[in-house]
Amino acid sequence: METFLGIDYPTWWFLVVGAVFTGYAILDGFDLGAGALHLFFNKEESRRTALNAIGPVWDGNEVWLVIGGGALFAGFPEVYATIFSAFYIPFMLFLTVLILRAIAIEFRSKEPMLWWRKTWDIIYSVASILIAVLLGIVLGNVMQGIPINKDFEYEGGFLNLLNPYALITGVTVLALFMMHGATYLIMKTENRLHTKLRVLAKNTSRFFVISYVTLTMATLIYLPQTADKFRANPWLFIVPVLTVLTIINTRRLLEKGVFFKAFLSSALTSALLLITVTINLFPNIVISTIDPAFNITVYNGASSQKSLGIMLTIAAIGVPIVAAYTIFVFWTFRGKVKMDETSY
Amino acid sequence: MDVETLSRIQFAFTISFHYIYPPLSIGLGVMLVFMEGMYLKTGKKIYETLTRFWIKIFALIFGIGVATGIVMEFEFGTNWATYSRYVGDIFGSALAAEGIFAFALESGFLGLLLFGWNRISPKMHFFSTIMVALGSMFSAIWIVVANSWQQTPAGFHIVGEGVKARAEVTDFWAMVFNPSSVERLSHVIVAAFLAGSFLVLSVHAYYLLKNRHVEISKKAFKMALIVASVSGLLQLITGHKSANGVAVNQPAKLAAFEGHYDSLNAGDMYLFGYVDQDKQKVNGLKIPGGLSFLLHNNFTTPVKGLNAFAVSDRPKHVNAIFQVYHIMIAIGMIIIGLTLFAVFLWWRGKLFNYKWLMVVFSFSVLLPQIGNQVGWFSAEMGRQPWVVYGLLRTSDALSKSVSANQVMFSLILFTFIYTVLFILFIYLLNKKIQHGFDENSVDEIPGHSKRNNPILK
Ligand code: HDD
Ligand code: HEM
Ligand code: HEM
Repeated sequence: METFLGIDYPTWWFLVVGAVFTGYAILDGFDLGAGALHLFFNKEESRRTALNAIGPVWDGNEVWLVIGGGALFAGFPEVYATIFSAFYIPFMLFLTVLILRAIAIEFRSKEPMLWWRKTWDIIYSVASILIAVLLGIVLGNVMQGIPINKDFEYEGGFLNLLNPYALITGVTVLALFMMHGATYLIMKTENRLHTKLRVLAKNTSRFFVISYVTLTMATLIYLPQTADKFRANPWLFIVPVLTVLTIINTRRLLEKGVFFKAFLSSALTSALLLITVTINLFPNIVISTIDPAFNITVYNGASSQKSLGIMLTIAAIGVPIVAAYTIFVFWTFRGKVKMDETSY
Repeated sequence: MDVETLSRIQFAFTISFHYIYPPLSIGLGVMLVFMEGMYLKTGKKIYETLTRFWIKIFALIFGIGVATGIVMEFEFGTNWATYSRYVGDIFGSALAAEGIFAFALESGFLGLLLFGWNRISPKMHFFSTIMVALGSMFSAIWIVVANSWQQTPAGFHIVGEGVKARAEVTDFWAMVFNPSSVERLSHVIVAAFLAGSFLVLSVHAYYLLKNRHVEISKKAFKMALIVASVSGLLQLITGHKSANGVAVNQPAKLAAFEGHYDSLNAGDMYLFGYVDQDKQKVNGLKIPGGLSFLLHNNFTTPVKGLNAFAVSDRPKHVNAIFQVYHIMIAIGMIIIGLTLFAVFLWWRGKLFNYKWLMVVFSFSVLLPQIGNQVGWFSAEMGRQPWVVYGLLRTSDALSKSVSANQVMFSLILFTFIYTVLFILFIYLLNKKIQHGFDENSVDEIPGHSKRNNPILK
């Protein structure tokens, strides 16, 4: 098998997919979180400010989901086909709320009527919450494994997917995004809204810590094999320890008023959580609860060496370019939100 | 209904709905580059006003294009799992390239295009406009390459057997430049230019009819007319090339286009008609031997007909395919006639003298819209019963774990959401058009914009 820097191509692509979804969780995470908090802002002015804080970037953030989907399709077609057909109903709901959220952001400020704006505000916020929870439910099921047979076809029903563990994961993802969103908005706002957000940030980080602890306990109960992995490689404990430290650090930085650093710290929390998931799974991607022999792994689910080689080249050329102009865009819109005639 | 029928209806419905927007985004992107380029070149306020107005409309269209596109990206996995496994190795790299090179480009710079007016220099803003326009064209490249591979597979080999059979890339460039991708891509892109330029033509023709924004509308109308008439002619050429390619690579499809059954006879070309599938003949107005002439420069050479293929290997709904194909061609001809007539009047200095012409142009935006839809229906229905031509049948491409009820559920969901979406889209588009330009910003005296004047800022 061909390797690059001592790592084989399928593992590289696994890392690429992981990195893209981490990027998605960090970037869309803050705008989904901002959406989840939207209804906590009462005044029209605050709502508009919050919306314009994500205005120029949310669409670019969502592209990471598209790239992630494409990367999964390209590198691990088996996983793409199995997961998306297995989670048919959750994904259809996910797509529906994704559409609703996008048009809510677009349309909300196009009419002055109170009922119009209120309706879109509610749709926007509820859709943001549902997206976070649905993503969490899928993640929770992936961590637990799903009943797939030797052809990698799903053999369960829709209700199998709504188990307690998946729901706890759903809530945890929501809490994570809310915390992250609050941190982002603090950075972008001033005056009363800013003060209000600092309170919200505290509460959401409390909410997150509680769900994170619950999830960790649930993992030990439902997925004891996880603990084995950590016991076998004790250095892995660094990851959960760092996770806790970043949460504490975010709060410390918020108290100190260094908001950008706080935001980075909160982004790190998301990244560490996804790294935990990755460690738990590797080298499996989809675990079969029927028979471990039916697991889809990095190897039996991957595209051909040739195809992976081509795509790694594409990624090596493309990703730095994307990173460069993404940073440029964020830099252009840095600082507090200022409204002008182009705002939502 | 079974899973197959439902999944096909859902795919056709969601992609057709998505495809209302991409051609407009691509075509309007090009118009924006023109408009803003004129502004930078001349420094005239009138062009800035024009650009700003159309960017707002662009944003609306683009937003819905993105929202509905994401559905498409995942629908292969949700409804066509077997297909996804089969083509993942090939199709996936095109989709990944699309995400990285195209979608990231358009969405990244879209923020600057929409919200950057007061934050970046006019040159940088123009650069963003170009990037967004290029990005939307790149995305067309990759998706059409993927679709063309599915029409005329190349650069691959088959690995495994039965349910485990997969297509794997052997030659990336042969895959990208498969026999139909260049023709089809040029045809699709030019069709998008038509969609965008006709939208501009329609809106400004409407203003001219209402006697609003007269100066600015005349300028915009002329700009769009140039793009539209050149594209109209190009469309005939690229379409003709596509037809020649189809004759070589997908003869059953071509036979269905003209309702041609008998392989021993010369092929006729119909202007319009009706295929009697039982009697296997077409009733209508024809150019005898026209198809033969088109393909072989000779009116009598026989053309392979549908009967040369087993019934299970050729498309079923021949009449429907015949109709959509002929509607496309008719629209192409109407577009060419209309634009050339308008160019002629322009040359005689009478372009804006006839009220009826402006009425016609006000509605003309529907021509390329319908053309794009029926064009895809010709290509995709003509491909049946194959998903991957000659290799994988549509009926074998489904997700085995998805039930008819589930697809019914999602189909109802999408029908509902898209109906609401479409009504809102039309409502807001109409509102923007009715609102028009802000009167005080349309001083028709040439001068530099406020933005370049530090005192007014
Ligand atoms: C000829 C061009 C073309 C065609 C055939 C398609 N699309 Fe499309 N798509 C575009 C041209 C485009 C675009 C111009 O790039 C969009 C549309 C509107 C827009 O404003 O961006 C877009 C948006 C768009 C998005 C959102 C991208 C983003 O977040 O920016 C996705 C995921 C897809 N499309 C996926 C698909 C898939 C899977 C298709 C096939 C089944 C498809 N599109 C057909
Ligand atoms: C935007 C342009 C497109 C349009 C308007 C379009 C239209 C259609 C239509 C009408 C059908 C249903 C055909 C039938 O059931 O008889 C269909 C099916 C399908 N198309 Fe396309 N299509 C487009 C692009 C693509 C692309 C780019 C791909 C893949 C790369 C693709 C893949 C498929 C698949 C997998 C099916 C389902 C199987 C089938 O019914 O053939 N389509 N499309
Ligand atoms: C002027 C005469 C035209 C001719 C001779 C022509 C010919 C063709 C042919 C042969 C195909 C099938 C290609 C294939 O299946 O591989 C096709 C597809 C298509 N046509 Fe046309 N066409 C014409 C005008 C138009 C116009 C005016 C539009 C829209 C504005 C249009 C839009 C499309 C689209 C979107 C497709 C599907 C994509 C593709 O397969 O290339 N066409 N056309």
